Amino acid sequence: MLFRLAWATLSRHRSRTLLAVLGVAVSAAMLLDMVMLSSGMRVSFKNLLLARGFQIRLAPKGTLPFDTDATIVRSSEITAALASIPDIATISPVLGGQIHVAARNGAVVSAIALGGDAAAQGDYEIIEGRAPTGANEIAASDDFLRAAVARVGDTLSAAAGYDPQLRSFAGSRPLIVVGRAKFIYTSAGQRAVALPLTTLQSMQGSAAADRVSFYMLRIRDDGRVDDVLHRIEREIPRVSGVSTQTAMAQVDERLSYFRQLALILGAVSLAVGFLLVTTLVTVSVNERLGEIVVLRAIGVARGRIVQQIVLEGTAIMFVGAIVGLVLGLGTARYLNSILSSFPGLPAAIDFFLFQPSDAWTALGMLVGAGILAGIYPSWRGASRPIAITLREEAVG
Amino acid sequence: MSGDIVVSARDLHRDYRMGGDDVHAVRGVSLDVERGDYVAIVGPSGCGKSTLLNLLGGIDRPNSGTVTIDGARIDRMRDNEATRFRLLKIGFVFQRFYLMPALTALENIELPMADAKISGSQRVQRARELLAYVSLDARRDHRPSQLSGGEQQRVAIARALANKPTLLLADEPTGELDAKTGAEMIDLIGRVNDDGTTIIVVTHDEDLARAASRVVHMRDGLIVDDRRQDAR
Repeated sequence: MLFRLAWATLSRHRSRTLLAVLGVAVSAAMLLDMVMLSSGMRVSFKNLLLARGFQIRLAPKGTLPFDTDATIVRSSEITAALASIPDIATISPVLGGQIHVAARNGAVVSAIALGGDAAAQGDYEIIEGRAPTGANEIAASDDFLRAAVARVGDTLSAAAGYDPQLRSFAGSRPLIVVGRAKFIYTSAGQRAVALPLTTLQSMQGSAAADRVSFYMLRIRDDGRVDDVLHRIEREIPRVSGVSTQTAMAQVDERLSYFRQLALILGAVSLAVGFLLVTTLVTVSVNERLGEIVVLRAIGVARGRIVQQIVLEGTAIMFVGAIVGLVLGLGTARYLNSILSSFPGLPAAIDFFLFQPSDAWTALGMLVGAGILAGIYPSWRGASRPIAITLREEAVG
Repeated sequence: MSGDIVVSARDLHRDYRMGGDDVHAVRGVSLDVERGDYVAIVGPSGCGKSTLLNLLGGIDRPNSGTVTIDGARIDRMRDNEATRFRLLKIGFVFQRFYLMPALTALENIELPMADAKISGSQRVQRARELLAYVSLDARRDHRPSQLSGGEQQRVAIARALANKPTLLLADEPTGELDAKTGAEMIDLIGRVNDDGTTIIVVTHDEDLARAASRVVHMRDGLIVDDRRQDAR
């Protein structure tokens, strides 16, 4: 009967109920987006860092963590030193650079080039063909292949190591496209190719001989990341290491303002939804004071009346929240597509990452707000003195 | 008449403020009503008859004095106790019907039974019986807005009888009805009384007062006349 009366009352004022549901839906959408935004980048970045299972990144000492120009010299010595540390399971040296290819249509297409060990790399996933292992082989991103009008199996004339003084390339050679790859850390639309480390080193000339940009290290299951890091710092002073955990903490710190902003906006959305339902319930209670006190007069308990009115507010919040969650997911997807195409950001980073726990959190907060929004006005209405209220109602 | 007292009010006083003025609505009223009695309280507007009815029904509290209904001091009860007491022992009928507009006639009658924890099937059965009793069985799925004033008041009476109350209190039950419908209402209230329910009505309607077995006249918050009559 409680549900029946609540439903019947809401159905009686269809337009008002619909408007309230829409209002709550907008507030719920905003709340969900803010909840997703507050954790999205962090979780997404963490997933990205952990995607390939590397726990340590080594860069030349004295450079910024993501400085792309600095390189580690005499890398073969460092590779050998790392290989002597038993807790390291995988060593993945990476050299970054630029490569230029003469496309079939005559244009010169440039791309970032990642030289590495195909068996140990953590930068790309092959989606067609295979990884480049031979000296003249590359795997390329779709954006690159599209620009170069090339496909797997084609041979491209490539050059690298441009010297602006001499206006010439340090090395050029034909490269066979052996695979199509999805690059994990590149931004949307960025052209990229992967090739063996030694190939890129030789194409870049003497400036890149025996150099790498950074190392990625995978630690054995029974090894301790901190112990390995300490040992590297002690034995290989030319490099500095950062663990994935530390990188995540740094990202976390940098994103803290962002997160606070999202939380504040989320709280504002929740407050708007709360006030909307409180207003609606208050108006509804004031309109029905006569009905409410008559219910009390015929013996319906105050608690039951409060429950019924709270149920109305909660139902509006619940339905509004469900509609809002759908709306929020739609807007989040749209905003994500805009933000993810920002230059310099890995395309795999999601600003608005949907996690079921976010939806439950937003839904729980809204339903909780709906309950709270209904309690005060309904209790106030149900506590009115019966005789006086009836007299006032009779007077009009 | 059995002679046993169902309603006993002693030296009731009720003052309240209205528009900045103190109103002495009831000024020392004592009244006993026997089981099965049909009492009409009459008097000019503002004489305190509705206030007295509210005090007897436990929806208002006296400043002093006592109200005993079926052996229980309703004036002393806490709010939730008085509410429960009204649910099970007292039926109310108001001038303006006050049915729940969102519910059908049948559901309106079910409402007090739901709070009395009567099962759904029993509720529906009793609500149908009551609708038949007030000759509205064909209108059970109609909402109040789809019913005439007389039909709404009949549903209100059926609702008041839902939990088989000891006492039925009616405040101007014919006040919003035309003469013909009012007469039908008077017949219905008489039938409810004939079936054993003690009734107290507050009215200006002389026909309704004539139908009662006892008429209590009030003026300026006091009972000025109280006499039995040959009803109907």
